[in-house]
Amino acid sequence: MARAVTTQRKAINTTLAWAIGLLIFFPILWTILTSFKTEAQAIANPPIFIGFDWTLENYSIVQERSNYMRFLWNSVIIAGGSTILGIIIAVPAAWSMAFVPSKRTKDILLWMLSTKMLPAVGVLYPIYLLFIQLGLLDSRIGLVIVMMLINLPIIVWMLYTYFREIPGEILEAARMDGASLREELLYVLTPMAIPGIASTILLNFILAWNEAFWTLNLTAVDAAPLTAFIASYSSPEGLFFAKLSAASTMAIAPILILGWFSQKQLVRGLTFGAVK
Amino acid sequence: MHLRSALLGATALSLATVAAAQAETITIATVNNGDMIRMQGYTDTFTEQTGIEVEWVTLEENVLRQRVTTDITTKGGQFDIMTIGMYETPIWGANGWLVPLNDLSAEYDVDDILPAMRNGLSHEGTLYAAPFYGESSMVMYRTDLMEAAGLEMPEAPTWEFIREAAAAMDNPAEDINGICLRGKAGWGEGGAFITVTGNSFGARWFDENWTPQFDQPQWKEALEFYVNLMNDYGPEGYATNGFNENLSLFQQGKCGMWIDATVAASFVTNPNDSTVADSVGFALAPNKDGVEKRANWLWAWALAIPAGTQKEASAKQFIEWATSKEYIELVAANEGWANVPPGARTSLYETAEYQEVPFAAMTLDSINAADPTDPTVDPVPYVGIQFVAIPEFAGMATEVSQEFSAAYAGQQSIDEALAKAQDIATEVMEAAGY
Amino acid sequence: MATQHSRSAARLMMAPAVVLLLGWMLVPLTMTLYFSFKNYLPLRGGDLGWAGFDNYVRFVSSSAFWPAVQTTLVIVGGVLLITVVLGILLAMLLDQPMWGQGVVRILVIAPFFVMPTVSALVWKNMFMDPVNGLFAHLWRFFGAEPVSWLSDASLSSIIMIVSWQWLPFATLILLTAIQSLDSEQLEAAEMDGAPALARFTNIILPHLGRAITIVILIQTIFLLSIFAEIFVTTGGAFGTRTLTYLIFQRVLESQNVGLGSAGGVYAIILANIVAIFLMRIVGKNLDA
Repeated sequence: MARAVTTQRKAINTTLAWAIGLLIFFPILWTILTSFKTEAQAIANPPIFIGFDWTLENYSIVQERSNYMRFLWNSVIIAGGSTILGIIIAVPAAWSMAFVPSKRTKDILLWMLSTKMLPAVGVLYPIYLLFIQLGLLDSRIGLVIVMMLINLPIIVWMLYTYFREIPGEILEAARMDGASLREELLYVLTPMAIPGIASTILLNFILAWNEAFWTLNLTAVDAAPLTAFIASYSSPEGLFFAKLSAASTMAIAPILILGWFSQKQLVRGLTFGAVK
Repeated sequence: MHLRSALLGATALSLATVAAAQAETITIATVNNGDMIRMQGYTDTFTEQTGIEVEWVTLEENVLRQRVTTDITTKGGQFDIMTIGMYETPIWGANGWLVPLNDLSAEYDVDDILPAMRNGLSHEGTLYAAPFYGESSMVMYRTDLMEAAGLEMPEAPTWEFIREAAAAMDNPAEDINGICLRGKAGWGEGGAFITVTGNSFGARWFDENWTPQFDQPQWKEALEFYVNLMNDYGPEGYATNGFNENLSLFQQGKCGMWIDATVAASFVTNPNDSTVADSVGFALAPNKDGVEKRANWLWAWALAIPAGTQKEASAKQFIEWATSKEYIELVAANEGWANVPPGARTSLYETAEYQEVPFAAMTLDSINAADPTDPTVDPVPYVGIQFVAIPEFAGMATEVSQEFSAAYAGQQSIDEALAKAQDIATEVMEAAGY
Repeated sequence: MATQHSRSAARLMMAPAVVLLLGWMLVPLTMTLYFSFKNYLPLRGGDLGWAGFDNYVRFVSSSAFWPAVQTTLVIVGGVLLITVVLGILLAMLLDQPMWGQGVVRILVIAPFFVMPTVSALVWKNMFMDPVNGLFAHLWRFFGAEPVSWLSDASLSSIIMIVSWQWLPFATLILLTAIQSLDSEQLEAAEMDGAPALARFTNIILPHLGRAITIVILIQTIFLLSIFAEIFVTTGGAFGTRTLTYLIFQRVLESQNVGLGSAGGVYAIILANIVAIFLMRIVGKNLDA
């Protein structure tokens, strides 16, 4: 049974939580507000919160200068493609680690995580040269592969922890009933793992969307995602807070909206096996 | 189509025709400065004239440098035109990484490019990049505040006068700083500014044997003057202010004086962006009394073609268009003469309409006062005023300017900063085998 | 339960992931090692021959090396401390009954969705700018001198920006863990008259041990390589140059690939030392 809570205590909790929540969210809110101001209002002292002339001018300037939709589409392809590809490769691996563990399973997992520690900038030249050789520069497929490899350890690990929470007896029972390995995966395991897979997909989509080193350095035009879009709005000449805010809002809005709708999933699913 | 002179070789002509017929797309990497963004807006005009499509990769300066340098050194071939500066051009040209621009059309009139710019963008007499706009640095000051202070700015002020004027105009109650100068770390930001300030105090980066000179008294004098001036009359947090930060301060009327790039003149006098547009005066960059060198640099943002591109002819066509007299006239017709890309062509400064622009004459004088081959009082083995044209410079100068910025912020003394600068430079030069 | 058949099937299923990651690790690693023994200067024509251990010696003997290691550890440690402590408090608060819980949760996790470049730009310009930033307005409103955050309090500022980005992640994981806590156990302790602090240290904290381990492990991996936040805000000035940033300066700003590669090898070594250290201390929490 849930504890009985007085209305008073609930009110205090609510006030405190909302205050902190708004404080944490404030930089984003401020960015969104500023994007609708004129440049002069953006730096006004005292700052203006709501009572300014709302304008869409910054958005039209940004759209005129850069083809937002193309950057957006590249971001979607790269983040989405790398996540899907990663899941396809990681599910079998995580499955076998979770259900047919060996002595080395944990070592392999930790080794996989350690590959993420290689400092990206140190290998920029080798990777760039490799991409030239393979003709992958400024191609979405190249970025999809790199993003997939970067996030694969996290995907494997997350899936592994979800799979471990699935009771082995169910699989045993399925096997008794004569289910093949494929059927076992498809009809028994997958449905049970769907919440875990969903939050893995979400987290990796976010990580790939926000990655700003490789996506910037390996692209030019055809594959340039939103991280490259934003690189043309940092510190231009003159007043730029409002335009920067508009570009920033455009860059984070899709993922913010996605996060908004999937937050329940994310809150429930992001455990990394932290919950026994 | 561009009308091409009969003097042009048949090969170039046929190449151009082929290029136009195929409706090629060229990719241009550029910096997100105002003039470049304006140029993007006119791309359609170019495409209409030539049938060549243009894709822009517009990046912030630091990201651009990192991006194009990686691409050119690995021969990645991502770009058909790169926007580079006076520092990169001679080094890259010497390495054979750029297409020589020695067969530009007669109509383009390459001799019209300002000699200072042409020299700075050439290696051994061959032009490797065409200047889109060029700049020196000069003093921009508020005529109204100057008048109120009862002072008159000379054509060619000294640092002492600048200090005096800063003291007179400084007014914390009104939120007006006497002077705004760059302090931000980075070789092209505060590094450039302190290097020319050093020049105007008789300092230099290296002696003729490539021995770093930060242990010399001139550097200490220059740094002490700068730090005292800024601590007394500069804005809060000047150690992180670069060109853009100062520009926005000046436009908001928060600076009495600002010594920076001449291209800023058109931004601070533009009434759309600047609250002080009608009260800005200009003067030559200062020097220490008795020192023959002034604190003015020379720079150009220029367009270059990386060797190995498949679209050389189209790229050349674009460069000829973007840096032509016609382009300047196009901008002038649409946005007024004050907004044309400055500092690249002699003919611009001979145009009657442009001579009426308030900052035109001072810009030209400042550019002409800068000589990259003779930047310092004492002789040096290098070319370049606010930089040293060797590959090691960018990295080394960024680290040195970080030490200086830490001194501006009061995190270390000037002596400590200079000692570290000396160490950094010595280390780098030893590693590079000088 | 595992038969010989399922074992080999398991190996087969693991193979693609393992082979790919092995390739992703080995190819760059081998190339980094190769370059680190080379005198490789792209702007001076590229490969100028073998350098022996010169690059390694030069990289550590540079006056920038140890401060960079220290800065790296301070940033990682600072961010971990802030996000874990605040994360626990926030998770406990969010676990309480309240009105509009879902919306509050979204507000709290939102920073996690913001790309690092954007968050660094927004913080640097719109908040920390000493003239036009919101903090400066606020300080002036209270009659104080505005602070030049990114020069006078550079390291703390960066720690703050990064903590803001990672606090949601820590909170999320800790919240899931707290929600799984058996509330009857807590109630019983409350009935027995155990004070709030004792309930926290004896019941809640031990229960969170595993989640804290996960937070520390994952965040460390990401924090060791933070780059955009420093690149955008200070450019490595004012004592904010981390090892990753130092490598960036060597490779890209100074165009010395050999020297930078040697730095890369040191960074890998440092990362592994940190990893082993972490495993030793918290590794037992990962079993189960």
